[in-house]
Order: sequence, then structure tokens, then C-alpha cells
Amino acid sequence: MISYNTLIVLIGTSLLGASSGLIGAYAVLRQRSLTGDALAHAALPGLCIAFLIVGQRSLPAMLFGAFLSGIAGIGVISGLRHWTRIKEDAAIGIVLSVFFGAGVVLSRLIQNRSDVGSKAGLESYILGKTAGMIAQDVYFIGGLSLGCLVIILLLYKEFQLVAFDPAFARVQGWPAFLIDLLMMTLIAVAVVIGLPAVGVVLMAALLIIPGAAARFWTERLGRMLLLSAAFGLSIGILGTFLSARYSMMPAGPLIVVVGTVFFLVSLLFAPRRGMIARSMQERRFRRQLGVRRLLQVFYEFIEPTLPDSTVVAYEDLFSRTFRTERELNSLLKALEADCLIEETERRRYRLTAEGLRRAAVEVRDQRLWDLLLREHPEHAVEIAHFDTDHFSKSLPASIVNQLENELKERGIYPQVLLGGRGED
Amino acid sequence: MLDVHDVTVAYHRKPVIWNIDLTLEEPRLVGIVGPNGAGKSTLLKAILGLVPLASGTVTFYGRPLSEQRKLIGYVPQRESVDWDFPVSVLDAVLMGTYGRLGWFRRPGANERAWARECLDRVGLADLERRQIGQLSGGQQQRVFLARALAQRAEIYFMDEPMAGVDAATESIIFDLLRSLRNEGKAVFVVHHDLRTVPRYFDHVVLMNMRLIASGPTGEVFTADRLQTTYGGRLAILEAAGEAVRSRSTGHDQL
Repeated sequence: MISYNTLIVLIGTSLLGASSGLIGAYAVLRQRSLTGDALAHAALPGLCIAFLIVGQRSLPAMLFGAFLSGIAGIGVISGLRHWTRIKEDAAIGIVLSVFFGAGVVLSRLIQNRSDVGSKAGLESYILGKTAGMIAQDVYFIGGLSLGCLVIILLLYKEFQLVAFDPAFARVQGWPAFLIDLLMMTLIAVAVVIGLPAVGVVLMAALLIIPGAAARFWTERLGRMLLLSAAFGLSIGILGTFLSARYSMMPAGPLIVVVGTVFFLVSLLFAPRRGMIARSMQERRFRRQLGVRRLLQVFYEFIEPTLPDSTVVAYEDLFSRTFRTERELNSLLKALEADCLIEETERRRYRLTAEGLRRAAVEVRDQRLWDLLLREHPEHAVEIAHFDTDHFSKSLPASIVNQLENELKERGIYPQVLLGGRGED
Repeated sequence: MLDVHDVTVAYHRKPVIWNIDLTLEEPRLVGIVGPNGAGKSTLLKAILGLVPLASGTVTFYGRPLSEQRKLIGYVPQRESVDWDFPVSVLDAVLMGTYGRLGWFRRPGANERAWARECLDRVGLADLERRQIGQLSGGQQQRVFLARALAQRAEIYFMDEPMAGVDAATESIIFDLLRSLRNEGKAVFVVHHDLRTVPRYFDHVVLMNMRLIASGPTGEVFTADRLQTTYGGRLAILEAAGEAVRSRSTGHDQL
């Protein structure tokens, strides 16, 4: 069964996970993910210095030190960017490694001092350790997490506006810079309170992975935040549980492993934005395009002999479609399944009445499209977007009418559609 | 309505716009026109307090910007935001109401109804649930316009609302601007297409880092003033204009 100690730790890490997930979603949207990583690494020297000053292990003091040096790291990054020609990514790289290096050296120096070394346990802040958490630590971490959650709930609208369009926010009179600063501060708090459990090296993962994974599942900010918090919470709990179970393993890497699973599942299986859904949409689109193109080829081949004959031999289709036999066969099967063509004898195909009408519509759209691109390219912008829509639905009727009349004057309007068979 | 006095803006101590003086007494549809790099967007941002003034003052109805923010509507350049941001069309338009809502209050049924009305005015009523990234460029531009309408402003500032939109959207936008003017609002539009200036605007501001002229279109939009504004570049523009005019007659009939 779960012991009291484990329960305390689980509550702590779940609150921690939820708040980093929630705040991390904003870090992802505001494109501050790397900044979060630098912040976590830059926190280490402050942690050590705070320990040296206080002289004993006190979580609030150490985390406060970590917070200050994390903020100092961010300050150095934006200073380097503003006052020198160093670009942001280089500045982040410099701060991250220099602060982290200094932190590791400091922690070793402390560790080697015989008087306090054993009490410090600073090593555990590098890769994280949940097992050592005591109730007091958890109250402290939990309290800060709750504070962050409350602020995010209260300022939902303000954060949304500033994250999306800070200039517009300023025109409305919002102190966009201060709101942004508050958001950055919350990110710093989330990072710092995660340090004991996850460690400086991997804290960025708990900040970024839930938000990045949540974005796959929804197109709404509110739902993304909820989902991100839920992901962070589950990742925290599962990671802690595994770490407690296999007590030789540091918690940070296990939390990241769990997070990776969440992320991979989202990346692959999310509807619409996931990779599998996307590749299926892509396939469906290509197939639809193939079917439409084949109908056009069909129609253009029989156009000179209409209305007497609507039969085409396989070889003729093959020579004009520039596809492999396999592709062509599968497209023909699709057309047959939709009753648009029928195989009259071996390897000879005839358009059905419905197939003929559909093919004529495709040919008309293709010719309208060609004409539009040639004569009125300024309208093309709007249509190029609706790749799967039929041409005549994406333009004002007056323009379609004019283009159709032009086709008729040139004698290239599909005859089938003129004979009173009705349009689509 | 608007008084811009002796405004200079500098980036890194290098002035981008110099000593601009501009007044508008009554509702007008104002086109801000000038070559690339003339500082048109910078002027707009200076008026809106988005870039620091090196010198000069801006007042709205005789009072400083900080007291008049509720009277101002803003349409930024379309490229200025990340369109993959997870909000719906309606959410984006609702942001226009945030200024009047103030801290902590969330938009309610009234704001929603009003935002829908604004969406309807730009012809996007049936797309309110779409994520903003799933719109075409012209539709995105109209979302920004609806958001500015939702601000219930008296003076609107628009940064190239016609850039990269299709002809249909352009005419929707201008019908809307004209009706705003008729409702007594002033509209400032940074505009890049010289051909349409006389058709669209009743007041023109010509500038090239400094102010060349500001006044009714008929008086200000003249060949020699354009020559002063564009310098040698106008010759090329004229040649291109000729070429376009010779074949755009068909387009006008559409």
C-alpha cells in the first residue's frame, strides 16, 4: 500500500506537474521554451549560494536563491541580446552552460567540505529526487503551485491577449510589458519549485512537454491549458510513482520518460493534428486529386467523338496519366466502385451517365481555373487556399458566370453540360 | 479629432520620421501614402504609443492618448501575430472588447453578441468557430477588422489592411471603411497601392520620412506632389501603372 510519505510526495508532485503544465503551455505559445530551459540550468548556482549563506538545508531559502539566479540568467540573456550583437539562441546557450557549470563546481565544493557536505544533498537537485521530500517541503511547493494556478485563472483573458498580440494589448491600454513579466515570473516559479523533484537538467521537459502535447489535441486555448495541466499532473504522479518503486532511479529522468510517452502518443494519434491523421488526410487528398485528374483525362480523350462513343482503352489512359500501373488500377477500381465507369470488355472502360457528367464538370472547372489564372490572377489568392473545394464554390457567382461565358465563346465549354443535362 | 504635433521617432538614435505635423478636424477616410521605408507604419505606431517619441506630442480630442484609449481602434499588420495560436475566430474578435471590460472580468453574453455583430459586418458570421489559422489571408485580415470594430472606437488606425488580400476582400473592406466614415468615425489607413488612392480616400497624407502634404485628396494627390514624395521611383511606378491600366479595364467590369 501507499505509505503516508509516498502520499505526501504524490500530492506534491501532482500539484507541481499541474502548475508546470499550465504555465508551460504559455511558455510554448509564447515561444519561450528554451528560455525555460536556460532558467532551470541557471538556477543551480543560486541554490548552492543560498545553502552556503543559510548554512543548513532549508527548501524555501534554497529555492529563493534558485529563483534569483534563474532570473539573473534571464537578465543576462536579454542583456546580451540588447547590448551586443549576440543572437538569442547563442545567448541562451552561453547562459545555460556557464551558469550550470558554475553551479556544478559550487555544489562539488560544498559537498567536499567535511562539516556540511553530507547535509546538503545538492547532488539530488541535478537529476531530481522525490523520495527525500518531507511534508513541509510539499506544503511549500504545493502552496506556490496553487498560487500560480490562481493567478493564471484570474488573468486568463489578459495572458491570452498578451500572448497572442502584445501590440494590440498595448493600444487598448494594458500594461503588456508587466503582464508579460508576470507570465515570465510564473514560469520561473514553476521551474524553481520543480527543481527538487525533477532536477535542473530535465526541468524544462516537465515545463514544455505537457503544453506541446496538449496542442495536438485542441484548437482552443482554454482546453489546451486544461489538458496541459492534466498531462503535467499525470506525468508528475506516474514519474514519482515509478521513482519510488525503483528507488535507485532519480525522479527527473523517469518523469521525462513518462512525458515522452504522452508526447509520442499525442504526436502520432491526435485527431487532425497528429501525424497519422495528417498522413491520412494527405493520402485522401492525393487520391481525390488522382480520381479527378483521371476523370479529366477520360473526358478529354473521348471529347472529339462525343456523344457517340464514351469508351477508352486501358493503354490510352495509361499513356496519358503518367502513373504506375498499380496506381492507375487502384484509381480505376475507385471509379468503378462509385459507378462512374464500367468495364465493357477486357481492359476497355466506358463512362456511365453519371461518370460523364462528373467528368465534364471536372474538365469545366479545370478550364475555368486555367482561364482565371491567365486572365485574373488577382483572384487566385483566395482560391489557392481551398485546395479541396470545387472551383465554382470559392468565387463570387458573377466572376464564375463571366468566365463560363468566355469558355463558351471560345468553344471549349464541355458540350455534355450544354445539352440541358443540368449542372452540379 | 486628432492632433499630431512635431513628432520625431528615432531607432538607435537614427531618426525614421521627422517633425510630422498632422491635424484632422472631422471624420475622414485618410490614406497614408509614401514609398517603402517612408515611415508610414512608424507614424501609426508613434500615434498609438507603440514606439517612443523622440520629440513631439499626440492628442486625441485635445487630451493625451493615455486618457483616450477607449476611442481608438487598431488593425495591425497581418504578419504581426502567430496565426497558429489556439483561438477561434470569435475568440479573436472578442479581444476587441477586453479594453472596455478591464481587469479580471471575462466577456459575457453581451460581448459575444456584439462580437458576432462585428463578424457579420465583415462577412464572416458563419466562420466563428474556425481556428484562426484555417482562414485565408483575406479572411484573417477581416478578423482583425472585426476585432477593431469590436473596440467601439471613434478613430481607427489600420496598417496595410489591403496587403495581400484578394479583390473581393478589398472591396468588402472599403465598403466597411466608407460606412464607418459615414457614421462619423475617422479612419487612418496605411496604403501602398497608388492606383486606388483617389477612389478610396477623401483625405491623403503624403510622407517620405517627413510630411510632404496632408489634405483633401483632390488638392493633395497631384502629380508634382507625388513626384516630391517618390522622387525617381515614380517614373518606374508610372511605367508599371501604364502597363496595368492598359489591361485592367476588363478587371474593373467584374
